[in-house]
Amino acid sequence: MTDHSSTSAPSTSLLERVQQIWFHETYRGYLIQGVLLVAILWVALSIAQNVSENLARQQIASGFGFLDTTSGFVISQRLVDYSETSSYGRALYVGFVNTLAVAIVGIVMATVLGFAIGIARLSSNWLLSRFATSYIELLRNVPLLLQIFFLYFGVLRTLPFPQEAFSIGQLIFLDNRGLHFPMLAYGADGLFLSVPELGRFNFAGGANVSPEYLSLLLALTLYTAAFIAEIVRAGIQSVPTGQIEAARALGLNRRKVLRFVVMPQALRVIIPPLTSQYLNLTKNSSLAVFIAYPELVSIAGITLNQTGQAIEVLSIAMIVYLTLSLLTSLAMNLYYARTEVAGK
Amino acid sequence: MSMPSRESSISPAAWMRANLFATPVDGAITVIMGGIIVMIAIPVIDWALLSAIWVGSDGSQCRVEGAGACWPFVTAKFNQFIFGRFPDEEQWRVISVFVLGGGAIAWLAWPNAPAKARIAVFLLMAFPFLAALLLAGGVLGLAPVETNLWGGMLITLVVAFVGIVASLPLGVLLALGRQSELPIVRLVCVGFIEFWRAVPLVIFLFMASNMLPLFFPAGVTVDKLVRALVAVALFSSAYMAEVVRGGLQAVPKGQFEAALSLGMGYWRAMVLIVLPQALRHVLPGIVNTFIGLFKDTSLVYVIGLFDMLGVITVNLTDPVWFSAQTAATGYVFVAFIFWIFCFAMSRYSVRLEENLGQSRGANSYASLR
Repeated sequence: MTDHSSTSAPSTSLLERVQQIWFHETYRGYLIQGVLLVAILWVALSIAQNVSENLARQQIASGFGFLDTTSGFVISQRLVDYSETSSYGRALYVGFVNTLAVAIVGIVMATVLGFAIGIARLSSNWLLSRFATSYIELLRNVPLLLQIFFLYFGVLRTLPFPQEAFSIGQLIFLDNRGLHFPMLAYGADGLFLSVPELGRFNFAGGANVSPEYLSLLLALTLYTAAFIAEIVRAGIQSVPTGQIEAARALGLNRRKVLRFVVMPQALRVIIPPLTSQYLNLTKNSSLAVFIAYPELVSIAGITLNQTGQAIEVLSIAMIVYLTLSLLTSLAMNLYYARTEVAGK
Repeated sequence: MSMPSRESSISPAAWMRANLFATPVDGAITVIMGGIIVMIAIPVIDWALLSAIWVGSDGSQCRVEGAGACWPFVTAKFNQFIFGRFPDEEQWRVISVFVLGGGAIAWLAWPNAPAKARIAVFLLMAFPFLAALLLAGGVLGLAPVETNLWGGMLITLVVAFVGIVASLPLGVLLALGRQSELPIVRLVCVGFIEFWRAVPLVIFLFMASNMLPLFFPAGVTVDKLVRALVAVALFSSAYMAEVVRGGLQAVPKGQFEAALSLGMGYWRAMVLIVLPQALRHVLPGIVNTFIGLFKDTSLVYVIGLFDMLGVITVNLTDPVWFSAQTAATGYVFVAFIFWIFCFAMSRYSVRLEENLGQSRGANSYASLR
């Protein structure tokens, strides 16, 4: 009896102590967080170990030294200087600029189209509002990648050769090499308007936009505009009818009511989700990788295939998108802070 | 927005005057819009129906100048669109999975169907294993079918279903973690959610195919499809977490406190009191996340899985069917399939939203009495 009680006494007190910890809110919190932290560290360490073993076995270099080595591939569409003797770092930079080139133009175009369609959806004209609704329901419910493929493989790539290009007033041409249009240029005689002219094989002069860029830009614009239209509609509908009636009673015409009464109030509701659509458009521009428009992810893909340094290359791409996203939410928080002061 | 047929009390002429020609500007808009619609509709109808090629055993007729849609391409490749390269004699397995899963989902979507809870448990707990068993085979005398033979709509539905089933519980856990009072739990969840939401899915798919194999010890290989499924599930759970968070914020704090004061623990209070209200509140948002996920399945093509989009893109190089119209025809067909699924889901979400509004109204009325 005595030795039985002496062995069980410390075990009950241990059990009690465990119970004390488990049912004490603060200690349980420490315990849960400790376990979580240890689990994360353990996973991270074993991944790190596996990675270093695998890299050594497959003889893949690590580190960011590759950024300074010669890339050796050609990027035909670019806005900044680059040649195949440039470095991988430079190539990724070209890709980033190309991402911005499609995202910024896309954002502007999608905003204009989206606002137009969103307002049209609320029109009292049955035909106009139905058209806007159909547009939204059609474009929103089809994958963006499918729309890009349709525009690229189904439409733009099947256009005629430059010799039989479609033209608008012999100034703007559309063919399977893309869109050619007049552009201001700086030459020996100062500023002049450079007009595309058909050469032996292709157009020379003016500005040229590739079918890849065009299909990506159009698809991003049309797709995002459908979402922006719904945001704009919800924003306008959030303005109380009394506001509109009061403005009408003051003698403002319909356009002025929209411009001075409805829109300023609606914008407060519209802007936060609109910003996240802008971010979505920028992220969606990464679908360019499917049609080989050389933006950040495409270039990262090529670099990854050539160097095998998946971790470094993908980290760079991730950091770029993370930074964009953080900057956007920072701007949003500033906006919230400002409208709160300006508002109620 | 009233349809002419619904308002039987007014004549069509009066309806047109009210809705199409109320003012001169209105009339001008109607005429211009009518013109635009006709300008779009005529070429589309001509391409899809009038000039379209309907029969043929190869693309020769589609190559004729002025030919419209090349529909025989779709019929010829129909099997690939649905099953990918799944062996012909085993396709009954795919069909039974479609019938079982589709039947269970239809049952749940039916407004007043009985025994919904049991069907839901079957769909979420038993069906995934049953489907995996049937599709992959290798047991019970079923011939094994490698996942690289899976394709077409099968891949689309597998990725979408796994993403949906996995993202909801994960999303709920992440959302709860984000609200947690424990700083490390909160930090981990916020970091996870923000990271996955900031980076495009394509990069994660690249990661799944290029980086993930490096994470495992030598000799351990994970199936490419499984890797893609993990990426898609984690990706959508981050978005789901944000939707659920909105629901959690909408439930008054008093509900949770009342549950605690009744002697419930954290999990019991969450599962029995807070989450049912929170999830109900954001059901439309959850369905919208499913729609996004369903559309995103098309990206798995980037790592060499052949969903419906991949099937067309691969077949574009088939010399038998080569023509200027082949690509457009294939994409329009697949777009139509995607559209049916997504549009049905979005209608369902709208109906949920309406029902939610009604039941909320009923509740407040009941409490008033």
